Amino acid sequence: MTAVFRACPVTGRKIDAQAEALIRVNAVVSIVSLLIGAIAAVLLVLTRWQAVHLLPADWFYRLLGVHGMSMLIFFILFFEMAVLIFASTVLLNARQVAPKVGWAAFGLMVVGAVMVEVLMFAGKADVLFTSYPPLKAHPLYYLGIILFAVGALIVVGLFFANLVVAKRERTYEGSVPLVTFGAVTAAIIAVITLLHGAAIYIPAFLWSLGLMNMDAQIYRMVWWGLGHSSQQINVAAMVAIWYMLGGLTVGAVVLNEKVSRVAFVLYILFISMASAHHLLVDPGMGSAWKVVNTSYFMYMAVLASMIHGFTVPAGMELGQRLRGIGTGLFDWLKRAPWGDPGFAALVFSVVLFGFIGGITGVTIGTEQINIIVHNTLRVPGHFHATVVAGTALAFMGATYYLIPLIFRKKVAFWGMARIQPYLFAIGMVIFTMSMTFAGSFGVPRRHWDISFSQAPFDLQFSPAVDLLLALTAIGGLLAATSAFMFIAIAVVSVFFGQPLPDLSGGYPIAGVPLGLTNPPRHAPDVDARNAELHGPKMGWMGPAPGTLALVGVFLAAFIVYFFVNWKVLSFVWKIG
Amino acid sequence: MASETHTGLDSPKGVWWKPAHRTERLWVGIAFAWCLVLFAMMPFWHWKGGQNPSGIRRRVEPAKFFARTQEFIKQYQVGTESGIPVVEPPPGADIYLTALTYQWIPVLRLRKGAEYTLHLSALDVNHGFSLFPLNVNFQVVPGYDYGLRVTPTEAGDFRIICNEFCGIGHHTMVGRVIVLDESGNEVGRSGGAQ
Repeated sequence: MTAVFRACPVTGRKIDAQAEALIRVNAVVSIVSLLIGAIAAVLLVLTRWQAVHLLPADWFYRLLGVHGMSMLIFFILFFEMAVLIFASTVLLNARQVAPKVGWAAFGLMVVGAVMVEVLMFAGKADVLFTSYPPLKAHPLYYLGIILFAVGALIVVGLFFANLVVAKRERTYEGSVPLVTFGAVTAAIIAVITLLHGAAIYIPAFLWSLGLMNMDAQIYRMVWWGLGHSSQQINVAAMVAIWYMLGGLTVGAVVLNEKVSRVAFVLYILFISMASAHHLLVDPGMGSAWKVVNTSYFMYMAVLASMIHGFTVPAGMELGQRLRGIGTGLFDWLKRAPWGDPGFAALVFSVVLFGFIGGITGVTIGTEQINIIVHNTLRVPGHFHATVVAGTALAFMGATYYLIPLIFRKKVAFWGMARIQPYLFAIGMVIFTMSMTFAGSFGVPRRHWDISFSQAPFDLQFSPAVDLLLALTAIGGLLAATSAFMFIAIAVVSVFFGQPLPDLSGGYPIAGVPLGLTNPPRHAPDVDARNAELHGPKMGWMGPAPGTLALVGVFLAAFIVYFFVNWKVLSFVWKIG
Repeated sequence: MASETHTGLDSPKGVWWKPAHRTERLWVGIAFAWCLVLFAMMPFWHWKGGQNPSGIRRRVEPAKFFARTQEFIKQYQVGTESGIPVVEPPPGADIYLTALTYQWIPVLRLRKGAEYTLHLSALDVNHGFSLFPLNVNFQVVPGYDYGLRVTPTEAGDFRIICNEFCGIGHHTMVGRVIVLDESGNEVGRSGGAQ
């Protein structure tokens, strides 16, 4: 089949019609999954808000499983499939290799996802997201996940094929762009993750048929090789999108390709046994194993995130300064396009991922500190900050650019779109912080009734917990409202949106992000300006002094939070 | 876009392996040093700290562990509460606590300042040991005996919450631990201190 290309009127890139169609269907299914997951989220927070306590116990646990699978697997992975296809075709002016295989893989993923959803709603898989044996689901539940994973693995294979063919057909000059490089790391981690998935779901499927035995501890270890590593796919994909949105919104430059690319490689090398984070207070493994693996081998993957946490905002700062925007420490930030939802989403994603998700994650993933954290609400408090406030928000920001670039439509409800990232960020800050604090009182996660009304012994949490769980619900409802706004915007834009007008006028148009109507172009003498900003004129703080100040604040917060947790730990019983 | 200065969306031309600016090197150096501190704290706490999840770990048949728990109960039982046996083992004893849907068996009476070896395991599915209000948490896995040396450092009336989903009655699964003061007296609930 000969590839049919169109030229993108905005960026001038060549876009393959098959690649574009695959990006579209994956994005649409992703949004549908988000809708299911968000509806479940509303019902769940209204149940954990003890004063409302909406759902009965069986439906609470059932929808908790639905929420986990819909959000963490289907929403995120379908979106990531779209990102992989985008990064390996559109960004390289390349064609989609074997589009029919791409469609077959997509079909497999949809069939698997539908099987899983149907079985969960039918009450045949009340085993929550993790399905720890000996809890057992219907065999078709495991089979559905296997089909989904096989489809995803095929798409990842096509991604690599696209890269090889693009290189061979010389569709681009030099090395792949950094964004594509980030997508490559995500894809490599995806292969590792999906192989772990095969190594656990195929045995689980056979076990559910009664064909083999299953060790509860080994399941936990291998399953989290899938469960946690998949979050590293999200991190790598999210960071790639940070670089992309930075470039599109404020002309963010890559400070140094070597540093940013090495940081991506660190993700691949050191995610090692990411499952260790979940097994720190498990009986199956010794302390040496736990210490080495929980630290991703001396925190080298954390180092990678701390590098991106500097280079992404520093690239944005420099992008602004190179265009003459901002002279003082934070002028560049003040005069940034805050009304562009792509930019707002990017900034909140970086800040919330780092300050809340990152700091809590590294701290609670410490071997001993995990004793005062394991299975309390601090855990979901952490991962909602990384995967929802970080990854999902970055994906939302990217969507505001994909709608005009890929779907060639104006973004509908533009006024709503401009405030959506703000509402989402505020909701997630309230949600994750209150959940984390509730968890530090020992409030368990995945629990229907912490009033323990039917338990043999009475148990009364501090009244502060009631307040915190009410705040969790309010934060969750704000974020869910924002997610529904996002879904409405995306669906209406894609299916009923107005066609994209001519953008060459250079003036803002309602419904089109500023980065497309007024692209942050650099002047022809940008290299000279860049050299000047890297010179002695800028003093010891270098070309991005504002960012250096901000990461200093981040590090201080990190140090305080980390050692406060050791202090709290020191108060509990002696345990060894 | 032949420029040296480019965004992450552009292909860098030529060799991009170039030395980083000193500010960037400074941050990478600081971050690396901090990562080493993060790492060093864990071995340090094994050496100087008092709370570590190491324990004595071995595989065990769930039924055998439950039988061992019954034997332990027979040896030290002092009463019954809500239908669950209450035991008071001597300081230094091996304690056996079995988690099963939806109970913690038995209720324990311990002594402040005494060391015990607390063996945790499950008869059926995964459970979560969460000591309230101290917020001390361990995973309880069927087929594995997790023997933790514990020393209660305060007297009081404690609860064990199950914090791993174990089935439809998960939220009703609460156990009890009473820690007596040094002279063996029950003190009121010091529990609510959180």
